[in-house]
Amino acid sequence: MIWNEKIETMPLRELKNLQSERLVKLAHYVYERCPVYRQKFDHLGIRPGDIKCIDDVVKLPFTTKMDMRDHYPFGLFSVPRTELAEIHVSSGTTGNPTLVGYTKDDIKLWGEVMARALCCAGAMPDDTIQIAYGYGLFTGGLGAHYGALEMGMTIIPTSSGQTKRQLKIMQDFQPRILACTPSYCLYMADDAREMGIDPRTASWKVGVFGAEPWSESMRGEIEQTWNMLATDIYGLSEIIGPGVSQECHHKVGLHLFSDVFYPEIIDPDTGKPVPEGQDGELVITTLTKQGIPLIRYRTRDIVSMTNQPCKCGRTSPRTSKIKGRTDDMIIVRGINVFPSQIEHVLLGIEGTHPHYQLVIDRQAHKLDEVEIMVEVDEKLFSDEIKKMHALEHKIKKEIEGVLSIGVTVKLVEPKTLARSEGKAKRVIDKRAL
Amino acid sequence: MKLTQISVFLENRKGRLYEVCSMLGKAGINIRALTIAETESFGVLRLIVDKPDEAIKLFHANNVTANRTDVVAVEIDDKPSGLADVLKILSEHNVNVEYMYGFMEKCSDKALMVFRFDEPERGAKILTAAGVNVVTRKNIQGL
Repeated sequence: MIWNEKIETMPLRELKNLQSERLVKLAHYVYERCPVYRQKFDHLGIRPGDIKCIDDVVKLPFTTKMDMRDHYPFGLFSVPRTELAEIHVSSGTTGNPTLVGYTKDDIKLWGEVMARALCCAGAMPDDTIQIAYGYGLFTGGLGAHYGALEMGMTIIPTSSGQTKRQLKIMQDFQPRILACTPSYCLYMADDAREMGIDPRTASWKVGVFGAEPWSESMRGEIEQTWNMLATDIYGLSEIIGPGVSQECHHKVGLHLFSDVFYPEIIDPDTGKPVPEGQDGELVITTLTKQGIPLIRYRTRDIVSMTNQPCKCGRTSPRTSKIKGRTDDMIIVRGINVFPSQIEHVLLGIEGTHPHYQLVIDRQAHKLDEVEIMVEVDEKLFSDEIKKMHALEHKIKKEIEGVLSIGVTVKLVEPKTLARSEGKAKRVIDKRAL
Repeated sequence: MKLTQISVFLENRKGRLYEVCSMLGKAGINIRALTIAETESFGVLRLIVDKPDEAIKLFHANNVTANRTDVVAVEIDDKPSGLADVLKILSEHNVNVEYMYGFMEKCSDKALMVFRFDEPERGAKILTAAGVNVVTRKNIQGL
């Protein structure tokens, strides 16, 4: 089923007209309402009237994560705070977190694109969906919720965690749809077996998995283990949250809802577009958002894109799975982690700047594990074990406070962490993604 | 009255203790007393050596994390309740013992124990005042 047949199967020429119309409006909208954008336009000598069609998007300035941080909390917004219906916050890199806000209409938009995504994955209005993405400031849970609500599904908002309860609920209510991170889905299989449940007999038949990178081999494992269709969903809170793009059952790329989120693929160094099909950074313009519309937002995600229509009938462009990042961000259990966050915490402890290394691992059927190895120098070292334990504990607690995920801390000897050409290697990602 | 202990941070891995000890051996530094406190992932090696200043320099030059720690070494009667008698004095004066360990050798017929107090200076004074023989750096070098 296609949720919004008119839009999602719209002939490309018509789609382009719609995008053009929306971009023209957007240029005026942000110029008049957001001083930050007015300044950015003025700086490039661009007037909103210069924007006449969607192809003119390249004349507009980029927006980066740094812009969001610099104008925290409400500087990048185009509406006064009183018009916001909801705000979401993700952890910051070194100082300010990233704040996004939604007007009532933005929430409707979110429901619309998430309904399209869930339908695209294979959900039907009569289905029951178990939403095991975290609810709260993280956009995963509520985003999926609004989409399921829009579709008229029966929602079980279990949020994340409490695995045995998740499984009991699955057995009792027989939801056909599961929404959670792919690693959590695999993780649940062990608990299921412990409870005497054969995962292949589970009621879940369609999984909407996202919020973290995952591979084709992981898809195969999930589909084998649970006897279900595993689909990939993409999104980021800056744009809307989950619901930017979604795979259909053909599993040939993620359909990007380009009537509202206009995509470009650029060379991250030059900022120029790359030829269709080549890898580049995904840049998105939110064409209809009101609260915090973003112009040419640099997602830092590396993908490739094709405009070839899909067998499913949708005409929107399709992107590949995320192939990498242009910065050092890593995603662990759905949470964005920047090495600079760890650095910041360590700097705050005893005022030292120790060498450290982040090791991320994912054992089969387990959640991502983060180990932080910290080199112990004379300033940190004590002859008393209890003080060393206290140090370990302090580093652990402070990092967990900043990242909102559990970590283990290991103290190691100086110069034992790998350095390549004198430069420290901060992140070792052992996950097979 | 205080003695310098060298405390060394060691990762829990094969051969590491050997590497550190052989560093000292090659430099002609002799170990007089030693103890290791270990945890799951790391250990703290505590050493009394004949040339502590050289040992610290050596460790720093070789990227070994090492600190000086003030400890107090005392002679204890080598008989039942010898240690208990000393601990009684400390307990009566509210001196907290962080950890302690024995010497391998003796100066006399008495046993030698190394104490790490939270306040080493005060601990040493109290013991001296109670008539316990506190060993000096010279005594150690003479061993």
